[in-house]
Amino acid sequence: MKLTNRSAQVNRDPMTFGEKIYLPAIAKGLSITVGHIFKKKATVQYPEEKRPFSPVFRGLHVLNRDEQGRERCTACGLCALACPAEAITMEAAERKAGEENIYREEKYAAKYEINMLRCIFCGLCEEACPKDAVYLSETVMPTNYTRESFIYKKDDLLIPHPHKQESK
Amino acid sequence: MQLDIAFIIEKVLLISVILLGSLGIAMYATWAERKVAAVMQDRRGPNRAGFMGLLQPMADGLKLFFKEEIIPDRSTRFLFILGPALAMLTAVMTSAVVPWGPDIVTENGVISLQVADINIGILFIFGVVSLGVYGVMLGGWASNNKFSLLSSIRAASQAISYELAMGLSLVAMLMMTGSLSLREIVEQQHGFWDAGYFTWNFFKQPLGFFIFLVCAFAELNRAPFDLPECESELNMGYHQEYSSMKLGFYLFAEYINLFISSTVIATLFFGGYNFPFMDEVAASVSPILFAIICVLTLLTKAICIILFFMFIRWTLPRFRYDQLMRLGWKSLIPLALVNMVITGAVILWVIK
Repeated sequence: MKLTNRSAQVNRDPMTFGEKIYLPAIAKGLSITVGHIFKKKATVQYPEEKRPFSPVFRGLHVLNRDEQGRERCTACGLCALACPAEAITMEAAERKAGEENIYREEKYAAKYEINMLRCIFCGLCEEACPKDAVYLSETVMPTNYTRESFIYKKDDLLIPHPHKQESK
Repeated sequence: MQLDIAFIIEKVLLISVILLGSLGIAMYATWAERKVAAVMQDRRGPNRAGFMGLLQPMADGLKLFFKEEIIPDRSTRFLFILGPALAMLTAVMTSAVVPWGPDIVTENGVISLQVADINIGILFIFGVVSLGVYGVMLGGWASNNKFSLLSSIRAASQAISYELAMGLSLVAMLMMTGSLSLREIVEQQHGFWDAGYFTWNFFKQPLGFFIFLVCAFAELNRAPFDLPECESELNMGYHQEYSSMKLGFYLFAEYINLFISSTVIATLFFGGYNFPFMDEVAASVSPILFAIICVLTLLTKAICIILFFMFIRWTLPRFRYDQLMRLGWKSLIPLALVNMVITGAVILWVIK
């Protein structure tokens, strides 16, 4: 019974003399392998030469600021709720008087941590965020030696202040 | 008998140059092997250590030196160490009878570019190559490991089987040359064209060359006959228990063997250091420059043969053990015998 047209009948004829002495097969094989000398190499020389990412690539997270450089995150916890890997934790705090130029809303994230070893880079936090605060950038996660270093704190995630760069 | 100091110095110098040269070429053969493999698979191969990865063999060698030396508890210690030493020794010993170039005639005397011009050069090579089996066999047996033992027995039977066909194929050639000395065989292949026919033995003994080449593949334990190494069936083959530089010696000996046997093939069948129009070149340049050109010719031929060995390795799949034995005993030996008979008949009735 034939299920598809892709199957090929195996040739079980006894080998001809040409097949038995094997030399024509060697010549044929050599012509294939020698032909590969002139083929294009498939290798991408990684550190020097990088392949472009897809436009929907999702890399490391960043915490965004608004136009005046204030943190957008209000620690609502929707990203943590949306996260299927439970990689995000945060602690909320209330904005004090005089901090209006640092935090945009009355409530802000005092602590914001993403465990990059748990994160699966699905981007659901980005979709869940009502304040456009968390984004997935195009940076590939760097490697490291300790587990602790993969828990990214708020300092690691916040993008630099647009008006006071170089102030560090 | 008076001790000739100048003679000893000359030979010691020659031996050290040949030894270091073949070590260097063997080192870069590993690099070339990886490059050839890469090119045939559309990759780039080693290219990080130095320009085009040229420092890669040094890095590999250093790695092997710094690794931990493990001698298994239940192994036969002395033989375990003797195995790789023998493999290495036999690998470099064959280079002694290869004529690397013509004699350099200066006003102070004649400098020979051959360590020892013994009149049984080919028999010496065969003897030493047969000794190489001991390296494999001792290593495999002394490891006290069933897989190593099985693999070394297989390697030994393979080497012995193919030595027969190899010897028989050479007998036909020796009937034509009438000499066992490698120097004389090379001298007979002088130039390229003489008296209406090619002088190189390849054109006189094409079938013999083919049998010799196939047997050389088997003797060198190279693909498609690399059953002694057998990563897939017997773990690692006879050097499974070896580590560090003792493993390095086995692997390295294989590449030295590759180089030396390529030189021997070039010497026997492709005219050694002879090249077309060599008389005209010899007349126009100084003897030393001419000798250098000759040595380079031989090296070029040897490197071409090494490359051919590598191309074959990355083209053909490994033979099964029964196929290997059938090819050796049922095809190559009868073929070599037929070649011998034909050669004898031609010498008897056609040439004379």
